[in-house]
Amino acid sequence: MSKRKKVPTTRKLDLVRGQVDLSHGAGGRAMTQLIEELFMDSFDSELLNREHDAAMFSLPPGRVVMSTDSFVVSPLFFPGGNIGSLAVHGTVNDLAMGGGVPKYLTAGFILEEGFPLADLARIVTSMADAAHEAGVAIVSGDTKVVEKGHGDGIFINTAGVGVVPGGVETCGDRARPGDVILVNGTLGDHGVAVMSKRENLTFSSEILSDSQSLNGLVADMLAGVPAMRVLRDPTRGGLGATLNEIAHQSGVGVELEEPQIPIRREVKSACELLGLDPLYVANEGKLIAISPPEYADRLLAIMQAHPKGREAAIIGRVLKDDRCFVRMKTQLGGTRMVDWMAGEQLPRIC
Amino acid sequence: MKYIEEFRDPELAQKLRQAIAAEVETNRTYRFMEFCGGHTHAIARYGVEDLLPNNIKMIHGPGCPVCVLPVARVDVAIGLATQHDVILCTYADLLRVPGSKFDSLIKARARGADIRMVYSVTDALNIAAENPGRQVVFFAIGFETTTPPTAVALTLAQKRGLENFSVHCNHVLTPAAMRAILGSHKSGAAKKVILDGFVGPAHVSAVIGTKPYHEFTRDYQKPVVIAGFEPLDVMQSVLQLVRQTNEGRAEVENEYTRAVAPEGNKKAISLMDQVFELRETFEWRGLGYVPDSALKIRDCYGEFDAEKRFLVEVPAARENKACSCGEILRGEKNPTECTIFGNPCTPENPLGACMVSSEGACAAHWTYGRFRADSNTEKKA
Repeated sequence: MSKRKKVPTTRKLDLVRGQVDLSHGAGGRAMTQLIEELFMDSFDSELLNREHDAAMFSLPPGRVVMSTDSFVVSPLFFPGGNIGSLAVHGTVNDLAMGGGVPKYLTAGFILEEGFPLADLARIVTSMADAAHEAGVAIVSGDTKVVEKGHGDGIFINTAGVGVVPGGVETCGDRARPGDVILVNGTLGDHGVAVMSKRENLTFSSEILSDSQSLNGLVADMLAGVPAMRVLRDPTRGGLGATLNEIAHQSGVGVELEEPQIPIRREVKSACELLGLDPLYVANEGKLIAISPPEYADRLLAIMQAHPKGREAAIIGRVLKDDRCFVRMKTQLGGTRMVDWMAGEQLPRIC
Repeated sequence: MKYIEEFRDPELAQKLRQAIAAEVETNRTYRFMEFCGGHTHAIARYGVEDLLPNNIKMIHGPGCPVCVLPVARVDVAIGLATQHDVILCTYADLLRVPGSKFDSLIKARARGADIRMVYSVTDALNIAAENPGRQVVFFAIGFETTTPPTAVALTLAQKRGLENFSVHCNHVLTPAAMRAILGSHKSGAAKKVILDGFVGPAHVSAVIGTKPYHEFTRDYQKPVVIAGFEPLDVMQSVLQLVRQTNEGRAEVENEYTRAVAPEGNKKAISLMDQVFELRETFEWRGLGYVPDSALKIRDCYGEFDAEKRFLVEVPAARENKACSCGEILRGEKNPTECTIFGNPCTPENPLGACMVSSEGACAAHWTYGRFRADSNTEKKA
C-alpha cells in the first residue's frame, strides 16, 4: 500500500451498509473519500496515486495500440466473474488482439444513486485482481453518479494502451486462402453463463463465464509463430459474427468443421432450451487465430501448452470465395452457411 | 441432450441417406412439404438437403406463426401499445416483424411504448399481478402448440379476478392452412397443387394427435408423416414419404411416436375448446383469408378479450405486391424465384412473410443455404 496523504474525513466509508449517493459524484469531500478509500486503495497504482487528472508515462519502443470498451452487463455478478473483472479483461483482450502488450488502463464509472457500496467494493476488487493478473496498471479514472432510475446500478468504461512489438501484424484483413483457423477453447461459455443466470436456468454443473485476459497466451503464440496472420476475440456475436467480419475484411471465404468446434455439453443444452445457436453466443476469454498452414500445428501445440489454451482446436480453414461466405460442414454431413446475425434479441451480456 | 443427440447421429444419417437413395425412383421428382418452421429450420441448419437425392424437393410450408401474422394484425399490436397506456407482452420473435410503413413493435418500444418480451404467458400474468394499476395485454400468437398455455392463462385470470389482464388472440390452426394450400377453401377455386406429401407437424401433433390429418389422405390422397424436429426425424419421415409415394399409398404415419399419441393431448384439446371457438375466417400473410383457420375467445371469457376491451384504429394494411410468399408457401415457387429475394428483401429488411423469422422459407434459404449454386443472390447482391 502506498503512503498517500488522505483528505481528512470524520467517518470511514461504510463499505458494508453504505450506498452511493449524489454527493459521491459532486466533486466534494465525499467523492474524494470514495476515490481514495475505494479506488486508489484497491488499484494501488503509482500513477493513479499522484492524483493528477491525467496519467503521464513513457512507453517502450513500438507502435502504440489503444482501445476503449464500455460494460453494461446484466446481471452485474454472474458465475465466473462480474462487471469489474469483465471490464479489465475486455480491454486487455482488445489490445492483445491488436498484437499489443497491454500496459495501462483507465476506468470510468457511472454509478446509480442508491447502488450498494459493498457491491461496488466487490467489483472494484475484482478489477484490481484482474489488472494485477494481466500485468496492467489502472492509471486514471472518473466517477459520475446519476439519479436513481437513470442507470442500472453501475456502468464501467475502460480504455487501454499497449505497445505492439516490431514485425507483429494481426489485423482482420490478412487471412489468405489455405490459412488455418484455430480457437483456444470452448465457445459460448460467457453468454450462456450470463443468460442462464438471467433466466434462472440450472444445470447439472454450473456454467462459468470464460472471462479472462488473453495477453499471456497471445505473447506465447506470437513468440512461437510471428507469422500468425489474424487474431480476434469473438465477443458479442460469437464465432459466427467474428468470422464473417474477418472474411469480409480479407475478401475470403471460410469453411468450418462443426465436429471440431469445441462447445461444452452444458452450453449446448442451454442453447437448446433458450433457442440459441452457440456459434453466435458471446465469449470473453476466447480468441480466433488464423495461421499460414505450415505453422498451424506448431501454433496449436503452443496454445495447448498454455493454461488458457488447453482445449485449443483447429476448427476450419480459409477458402477463396469472392462472396466472402462463411460455411460449415455440419455434424450430420451436410453443409450450411454461418451467416451474419440479423439483429437477434439478446440480453446485455458485456 | 439425451433424446437430442441420438437424433443428430452422423452414422445413422448416412444410413438413412443410403436408404432414401436406394428407394427413390430416378425418373421422377418428389415434392414434399414440411409444414412446420421447426422442420424448415432443422433442414437448413443441419444441411439435410445435402443428404437427400437431387430429385427430392423439400417445400417449406407456412408453419411459422410469426411469418403468417398479417400486416394488419401487427399494426393492431403496435396500435395497442401506442394508442393505449398498456403493457404489451409478447414472444420475442414478434418484435421485429414488420407492420405497415416498416413500423414494428421494437421501433414502437424505442419510441416509448411499454412492450415486454416474455418466455411464456405466465410471465404476462405475473406482470399483471405486479402492476395492478396498469392494463396488461398478452398478444397471443401461434399454432395449436402455444394455444393451450393461453387457454390456461385465461382460466387463471378469470379464477383470480385479474381485471387488468387481457389477451389479444391470434391463434391459428394447422389443418386449415394445409387445406388452404391444397386449394380447397370453400370460397376459392382449386389451386394448382404440386405436392406429393407432407412432413407433418411435430409439436402441434403432440397436442392435436394424428386424426386431424386423415382428411388429407382421404380427400386429397396426400400422405402425411408426422415427424420430430431433429434432422434424423426429418430424414426418416422423408424415407417413409418416398415409400408411400412409390407404393401409391396415402396414409397418416407417425414417426414422432416418442411425443405424439394418436388422440393427442386430450386435456389440452378440451381446455382449448372450453376457452376458444372458431373464427369464420382469418387473414394469413401469404395465404390471404382462410376460412375456419383461427380461434377467438369465447364469450364466457369475453371480459379478458383485448379485442373487445380496446378499440384500436389502424388504417387498412396492404401486403407487399412484389412478394411471392403465397406461391412459395404453396410450393409453386422457390425462394430464389421471387424477384425481391435478397434484394431488397433480407432478414434485416424483411418485406414478406417468409423472410420474417428464421423459420420462414426465404429466411432459412438466405441464412443457411444461399451458397448453393441454385441461389441467384450472388448476381443480385
